[in-house]
Amino acid sequence: MTLLEVVARAVAALAAFLVLPLVVGQAEHKVMAHMQGRLGPMYAGGFHGWAQLVADGVKFVQKEDLVPAAADRWVFRLAPAVALVPYLVALAALPVHPGVAALEVPGSVLLVLAATSVGALGTLMAGWSSGNKYSLIGGLRAAAQLVSYELPLVLAVASVALAGGSLSLATLAERWSPWWLLWQLPGALVFLLAGVAELQRPPFDMPVADAELVMGAWTEYTGLRFAFFLLAEYAGIVVVSLLFAVLWLGGWHGPLPDALGWLWTLGKGLLVALAVIWVRVSWPRLREDQLQRLAWLWLLPLALAQVVLTAAGVVAGW
Amino acid sequence: MVSARDRRGRGGLPGVLKGLAATARTAVRPSHTAEYPDVAPTLPPRSRGVIALLEENCTSCMLCARECPDWCIYIDSHKETLPAATPGGRERQRNVLDRFAIDFSLCMYCGICVEVCPFDALFWSPQFEYAETDIRDLLHEKDRLGGWMATVPPPPALDERAAEPGEVAAANRPARGTGLVGGGGTRPPRTVRPRVVRDPPPQEPS
Repeated sequence: MTLLEVVARAVAALAAFLVLPLVVGQAEHKVMAHMQGRLGPMYAGGFHGWAQLVADGVKFVQKEDLVPAAADRWVFRLAPAVALVPYLVALAALPVHPGVAALEVPGSVLLVLAATSVGALGTLMAGWSSGNKYSLIGGLRAAAQLVSYELPLVLAVASVALAGGSLSLATLAERWSPWWLLWQLPGALVFLLAGVAELQRPPFDMPVADAELVMGAWTEYTGLRFAFFLLAEYAGIVVVSLLFAVLWLGGWHGPLPDALGWLWTLGKGLLVALAVIWVRVSWPRLREDQLQRLAWLWLLPLALAQVVLTAAGVVAGW
Repeated sequence: MVSARDRRGRGGLPGVLKGLAATARTAVRPSHTAEYPDVAPTLPPRSRGVIALLEENCTSCMLCARECPDWCIYIDSHKETLPAATPGGRERQRNVLDRFAIDFSLCMYCGICVEVCPFDALFWSPQFEYAETDIRDLLHEKDRLGGWMATVPPPPALDERAAEPGEVAAANRPARGTGLVGGGGTRPPRTVRPRVVRDPPPQEPS
């Protein structure tokens, strides 16, 4: 791999990282607005407020970068980066087309899962270092949520890896067959729920429950560092959606010619992202104990059952 | 413990699915947002936006200023003497309106002044876009109040089967005895005045 290729791949991953979350964010603005009988942003950029998030970004840059006096300075400053960068790594490892991924490694499933778990560490760091009780409670809730939902998430992905006999996302997508839609359905549901919880999105947004915790671990953040947390959230939606599209919806498999496979992947990912937004608009927030109950009493047994089912299927040669 | 019956919404669907259906249904319907500065709002008839002054009708009678609950109408006037129209006639006096101002920072849009004006000099206009950055600019003087007249809509049509307006009823009322044969058919006076019996000019005793 030449230096030029490395640079090209890095730039492509960075461009996707900067564009796709904004697309999802804008979609959330507009879809949520229409689901609530509103229009959403209409002015920025001229046409139906397409540049609203760019305008938001400009505003965030102008804000003062405050660090509370009681904060653990370096951890506080580092936390947004810890929250953001892992999603960049995860996004780089996601294949969108046969042989097209910015980062091609044999164990990309493990890499993506590990990277997304690190992202939640940023929230924990932010909550711990802010010197604020709301932040601390938010951070601890985030940590508890991470521990609870990581297990069903990994088990659901392990089921697909078992079915496909590989730990490479590209290979798994190649071996995908429509039969998986039914066979892996329980795992898919578990992954969707656990993924939304992993992202701390409603209805699993107890760590930032604004009625109880102001803004949870992000309470003390301003300006660009706050924007990085928001960007991390939307990048997380992109990663989870694309991961779901690649593992459960067959990625680039579709009736169109093979050259348009990347379009299929992105389209399926966008559909999943829309479902994540839809769920956010429709459902109220769970209580902290309900969240833990759902994870341990429902999702985990369901994921384990899926793994058993998959193993039986693999042994039986389905 | 919540019973299974309570956990389900009506219609047999669990609440979570009903929630999804509700948001999806709303999403495909037109939104309720009023795009106000771009699209003019549809105001109900008789909207109270601003009070317009038809200066020609004002007699400076001060009724509006006296009835105003928060005293936001300012009227200055003076008397002018008009020379006699015909030689040997009587000079007449009339009120000249010097200042008529409404302070819309005090006005509570009750409409009593419009109601009380006996000469139809005040009107409601639906125009409401006269916000100011300085509260003192909300004091609208005579010329500005007169400018609002252009925005006064014609009175809305009467409701079906409503009583006919007072003027029409008065015009259609059969004339009361005027002393003329056949009732005369002329329009009776609108106000009741003591009947003045005009006798023929008294004959000078000769």
